Amino acid sequence: MGFILISLIILIGITSYFLGNLRAKNLRTSNQKNLKSLSHYYGYYVALWALVPALLILLMITSFKSFFIEQYVLSDFIALGSYTETELSLLFTQIENTALGIKLFDENTILIDGAVNKLNYINKTIENLTYVTVLGLSGLLVLYSLFNINNKLNSRKIVEKFLLVLYFTCSLVAIMTTVGIIFSLLYETLRFFSQVPIADFLFGLNWSPQRVFVREAGDLDTRDLANAFGAVPLFAGTFLIALIAMCVSVPVGLLTAIYMSEYASPKVRDWAKPIIEILAGIPTVVYGFFAALTVAPLVRDIGQGAGLTVSSESALAAGFVMGIMIIPFISSLSDDVIKSVPQSLREGSYAMGATKRETIVKVLLPAALPGIVGSFLLAVSRAIGETMIVVMAAGLNAKLTANPLDAATTITTQIVVILIGDQEFDSPKTQSAFALGLTLFVVTLALNFIALQVVKKYTERYD
Amino acid sequence: MKNIKIKADNLNVHYGEKQALFDVSMYMEEKQVTALIGPSGCGKSTFIRCLNRMNDVINICKVQGKIEIDGNDIYAPDMQVEQLRERVGMVFQKPNPFPKSIFENVAYGPRIHGIAEHKSDLEEIVVNSLKKAALFDEVKDRLYDAGTGLSGGQQQRLCIARAISVNPDIILMDEPCSALDPIATARIEELMADLKTEYTIIIVTHSMQQAARVSSRTGFFHLGKLVEVDKTETIFSNPSDQRTQDYITGRFG
Repeated sequence: MGFILISLIILIGITSYFLGNLRAKNLRTSNQKNLKSLSHYYGYYVALWALVPALLILLMITSFKSFFIEQYVLSDFIALGSYTETELSLLFTQIENTALGIKLFDENTILIDGAVNKLNYINKTIENLTYVTVLGLSGLLVLYSLFNINNKLNSRKIVEKFLLVLYFTCSLVAIMTTVGIIFSLLYETLRFFSQVPIADFLFGLNWSPQRVFVREAGDLDTRDLANAFGAVPLFAGTFLIALIAMCVSVPVGLLTAIYMSEYASPKVRDWAKPIIEILAGIPTVVYGFFAALTVAPLVRDIGQGAGLTVSSESALAAGFVMGIMIIPFISSLSDDVIKSVPQSLREGSYAMGATKRETIVKVLLPAALPGIVGSFLLAVSRAIGETMIVVMAAGLNAKLTANPLDAATTITTQIVVILIGDQEFDSPKTQSAFALGLTLFVVTLALNFIALQVVKKYTERYD
Repeated sequence: MKNIKIKADNLNVHYGEKQALFDVSMYMEEKQVTALIGPSGCGKSTFIRCLNRMNDVINICKVQGKIEIDGNDIYAPDMQVEQLRERVGMVFQKPNPFPKSIFENVAYGPRIHGIAEHKSDLEEIVVNSLKKAALFDEVKDRLYDAGTGLSGGQQQRLCIARAISVNPDIILMDEPCSALDPIATARIEELMADLKTEYTIIIVTHSMQQAARVSSRTGFFHLGKLVEVDKTETIFSNPSDQRTQDYITGRFG
């Protein structure tokens, strides 16, 4: 029904636009009325009245319909008072299935048959009511707004106001989503911390959430549970891999940026820059198997050739590939920042008899430093939040190590591990993922915030 | 007659297809101020930027002809551009101090060219340069504050201090006062009168009054050609070319 109804409403909307437009034109020519806006704004005005309230009502009906239907259909069962909430919702599914002709159970047949009839009846009624209400409302408002067109009405302003509300609503969607995510993270995190003390989580050295199952089997007490959620190995692994990534990307990215902004001819720049930026567009899962299948074995072979013990999944491989991935973040941003240093400073330095290298090192880089640091911070927050590469190439074993040749694990990897497959939502193991997510969120948010502040400070400098 | 410091011979400059200077030949006297005047786009800035080879930075710029400083061809293949620019300082239209402290701005050149051996030498150079640029008294208490925090006129004097810190023979000034108010302009002009006892100064200016006030010789450029160059009094009182006459009386430009 939804599709036909919405098509009808849109049809009314389009028609009403032409009606409003026409009426405004007629008023203008026949009555010599001095309308405040151009006639097509009256078309928009009428169309808005036709569309917006009708669609809002439709949205409301669809949102509340299912609850109402369920209450109505199950009223007989609720009256019996012997069903729990879960049983009721199972019953309702059974009724719905029966209505569709799928019969699985034989119990309660009389009551269920009655309920199926009720379901069909209420569905039909609500559908008819929806049609009448929505279309009727739309039509009435079209008439109302058509007659409302007169020389006192400034439809142009009303359309502008509507657009303002629309823009505001759209931006609100993004903001509310963020707020919603934060609160759901917070809620689950608090539930987690009610079982595991926050200090044990932040400072504990042992991460083995699988112990939860052991406890449920009755072998361990709560103190051991606390000992299972020490996130320090994860923080350390994240830090280690991000550090390796930065060791790769900072020098390569910065030197690339210097070459692109100061040395490359416009021709080279034109084709080289997009290619470098493609690096940022490669799906991370592709980097992941590149890291796992090519780089990790290579690191292992080289390491073994040098007589070192290298595990086949190593922090070095993951960090290295991640470093490659974030090169464009640094090179592209730093390139822009270096390029935006005023030409007059370059000339000033050259005129003092400085060479190109001296000019870059002593004038351009210091002048661009805040922006460059900003690009580093953005790259770090990207490296910390990166998931796929580490899942595939760094391993899952949470052990506290500073050896880059060893397997390491990160916050993001553990979240993936915890939430893959079946899980109970009230288990501390599942909830620990939210605590990890919140930690990650706070860290990256802080880094992004600092980065933006640093960049902002820089941009004010030459204005 | 004074010693000839700079001599340009049949200078032709192209930016890509476009020719910016046509057969410019002139000389500039030692420890004198030479002014270059002319309407916008006449090539006077292009000319002055040939004297310290600042045009090298621009890829499409091609310089033909000869420029000699003290008899040495500055476009000769064995000429080191960095050493040339150490001898030929430049002050730009818009003050362009580096985003560093006042001290570091002036110390920049001596550091690059390894002029000061000890820190005390460097401090002496900085203080002397600031004194010569008539800025020292205003900034002596805040030498380590940012150079960009000074007023426009102070910034320009800082740039002059920076230019003289490496003790050049010649200072090129490309419209040094066009971004400054009249009071700051007057200070720079006073400064030029002091500086010319030690340095050869070439100044490009839009202001004919300024040229008349500060210079001993003036060249008039028009459409890439050097129309006339002579003693400043002659140019402003009795020019030999009709175009010069028209320009200085304000009939065009």
